Amino acid sequence: MSAEAHVVSHAPHAPRGFIRRYIFSTDHKVIGIQYWLLALAAVSVGMVLSWLFRAHLAWPNAAIPGFGGVMKPEQYLALVTMHGTIMIFFVLTVAPQSGFGNYFLPIQIGADDMAFPRLNMLSFWITFVAFLVLVSAFFTSAGAPINGWTSYPPLSAVGSIAGPGQGTGETLWVISIALFCLASLLTALNFISTTIEMRTQGMSLMRMPLTVWGWFVTAVLGLLAFGVLLAACILVLLDRLAATSFFIPAGLVFSDTQPPLTHAGGSPLLWEHLFWFFGHPEVYIAILPAMGITSHVLSSFSRKPVFGYKAMAYSLCAIGFLSFTVWGHHMFVSGMSPYSALAFSFLTLAIGVPSAIKTFNWLGTLWGGRIHFTAAMLFAIGFVSLFVTGGLSGLFLAQPSIDLPLHDTYFVIAHFHIVMGVAAIFGIFAGTYYWFPKMFGRKMNEKLGKAHFWITFAGAYLIFMPMHWMGIMGALRRYADPGGLPFLERMAPIDLFITIAAFITGAAQLLFYFNFFWSLRHGEKAGENPWHATTLEWTIPSPPPHGNFVEIPRVYRGPYEYGLPGYKEDFLPQHLTPEQVAKMAT
Amino acid sequence: MRSEEGQRGSTAAAVVLSLMLLILVATTVYLFAARVYPMPPAITRVGHWIDRQYDLTLWVTGVIFVLAQVGLAWMVFRYRDRGQKVHFTRGSHVLELVWTTATFILFTTLGAMAVHAWAQVHFVSPAPGALQVDVMAEQFTWNFRYPGPDGKFAPTSPKDYSDSNGNPFGIDTSSKDQDDIVSPYLELPVGQEVELRLESKDVIHDFYVRELRIKQDIVPGMIIPIHFTPLQIGTYDILCAQLCGMGHNRMHSTLRVVSEADFQKWLKQQEAENQQ
Repeated sequence: MSAEAHVVSHAPHAPRGFIRRYIFSTDHKVIGIQYWLLALAAVSVGMVLSWLFRAHLAWPNAAIPGFGGVMKPEQYLALVTMHGTIMIFFVLTVAPQSGFGNYFLPIQIGADDMAFPRLNMLSFWITFVAFLVLVSAFFTSAGAPINGWTSYPPLSAVGSIAGPGQGTGETLWVISIALFCLASLLTALNFISTTIEMRTQGMSLMRMPLTVWGWFVTAVLGLLAFGVLLAACILVLLDRLAATSFFIPAGLVFSDTQPPLTHAGGSPLLWEHLFWFFGHPEVYIAILPAMGITSHVLSSFSRKPVFGYKAMAYSLCAIGFLSFTVWGHHMFVSGMSPYSALAFSFLTLAIGVPSAIKTFNWLGTLWGGRIHFTAAMLFAIGFVSLFVTGGLSGLFLAQPSIDLPLHDTYFVIAHFHIVMGVAAIFGIFAGTYYWFPKMFGRKMNEKLGKAHFWITFAGAYLIFMPMHWMGIMGALRRYADPGGLPFLERMAPIDLFITIAAFITGAAQLLFYFNFFWSLRHGEKAGENPWHATTLEWTIPSPPPHGNFVEIPRVYRGPYEYGLPGYKEDFLPQHLTPEQVAKMAT
Repeated sequence: MRSEEGQRGSTAAAVVLSLMLLILVATTVYLFAARVYPMPPAITRVGHWIDRQYDLTLWVTGVIFVLAQVGLAWMVFRYRDRGQKVHFTRGSHVLELVWTTATFILFTTLGAMAVHAWAQVHFVSPAPGALQVDVMAEQFTWNFRYPGPDGKFAPTSPKDYSDSNGNPFGIDTSSKDQDDIVSPYLELPVGQEVELRLESKDVIHDFYVRELRIKQDIVPGMIIPIHFTPLQIGTYDILCAQLCGMGHNRMHSTLRVVSEADFQKWLKQQEAENQQ
């Protein structure tokens, strides 16, 4: 790739019409913002759903508005199913990777757009349709799906005979996820091609910002994982609609009055293997971009290089590789071979090693720094704390013998919400406060941002820490109410506590919404480089013009040259020539 | 970024964040260490081994948790912006090597120590003569079957399943062996090993008894055996731990662990009821 090839832009002029410019745009920045707004809409829906089922858990005998009285078990299960599906797919996969990745990956590697801009637009619109299809499941006569985000067959495969929520709603769930997989495959191809092919001169792999490493490794995971889930979705759709038996064994009986089902020969465990072969990499798809953002922000506001840059890049790759070897830890009690459980156990514990390496290096980055407590920085530090807490509970669940009592209890809910839910959301918040000035030309309000952080950080722990103890005492997930079991009824005060914490924390998100939309018009003007940062996005106007760079820049150094002794400024941007830098020496 | 504004906001934020982290650590350590919310006591030897491994893991993760969060709190406070110069460093190969090796050894040792309890559950066969009980799970009830006086299970077939006729196992109605005992709860003699053979007639369920420290999915199309020896007389909840439909949380039964004499009495009673 020659330098000249870079300079030729895909579309030198921005399209003029509103629709081509803002709706069906091929500009990676517009698409990035579209994904981000889709995630914002999705997270709002997902959060409201969680309030509704939390209200039911706190007051199991109270009428919930909109549910025609006391919530029925199938309504509760539909809410948790849709909450999980929306959050994992349309928030945690969309915002950090497709949102920020689309916007900043090309800019940070010095490219004018993604490798395939039209494909990029197509990916977004397929994802958008997938979201509409999912939400439409709420409006089917047979009700929204109730099988959890994991949708295990035969329950999910045999149709309405298995009870409420197994009709059209479940079919829509499968179609939605299949569409989502297709879009994510296209996005992954685009990210990989862009990172490999479109880096500007001097942007060697070891000069890429860790955000780019995060997006790149995530794209590789997406390419390998979403194809498998897409296949699984097509198979289960055939089981549901075309009387095949990929996941349905012989002789199933649902009712005295009806003969055994005619399906035969399928295996429910096959779905579990396919699902988790996708499902475990998926948790890293959610968290790796947030890890990249955290490294990036910690370095910017500690005014120090990332501690152990190479170890950080290699550990991202190691996590990515190992993430495909650990899916069986979701299946210790599934009935798969108990011998394979030992292999999965050791591999799962092994993936803790690169995760620990990252944590040590984040602490190393803070060590000896000069920490600026911006809202972005607070969320990045919060990420580290949450990642440690959630990662450590993973050490329990990685051991099959300890998983026996803890599997499918609230301990697991606590673990994954902290480590891949809330931590990833903190990564998204850190990214938003950090890059908002670049995306919209104005800063978000710092005071509101900090208030948002304090309540959200405390709230996250108040909501999810008590769930560990509920799980240890044996409280099971996906229970609509205590079901007449005294030991569960005794946990009612904890449920009430969690629900109140969830309401307060949720309400605090209004600070974020307000701050976001208010700052679009009224925020302090940001200029090109408000954080005095080093990477390429801070070398162009805010917001960046169509095509990003007037002239594609050349890169001369690594991404985190902060605090070098012997210079007037405490940061050396990647694009400055050695001559320019020499003039800055004291 | 050496603005006065940055420095002014920095101490307050550093203090608040450090305090929050310290409160998190103190509360968490107290609630775990004082066992405010414990597991119910285990009633099998394997259960006690699992608990020991759990305690060990709690210690290891507890120490890491305290060090990491307090370390984070300390750094946040110590290195807040006071206009100081940073300690410039790009990292340390020695440190990378040390913490990579240390965590690898620690985590894999922990995993190796967990193998024993798992092996006792899954790699060791039940002793010959262990009591055999068939378990049939369905939306949303449990059924248990004992072989009856002849010591043999009668043949079954899905076409004979009938809850309304009291035949949830689908015992072949044409078979001569009609003395199997079918019960909606699980009665077991204390101190005797039992092997359960888990089956489902519709969707995936999960056999979970907290005090046994056992959780096992029941997958339609498979017969999955588990075995254990209950050592404590008492009554325990049998729960379904795998989402099986709208009645999932109401799918429970009772495990009654009784003395050998009471168990024989119960068997006789069931046999008598069978003959009526």
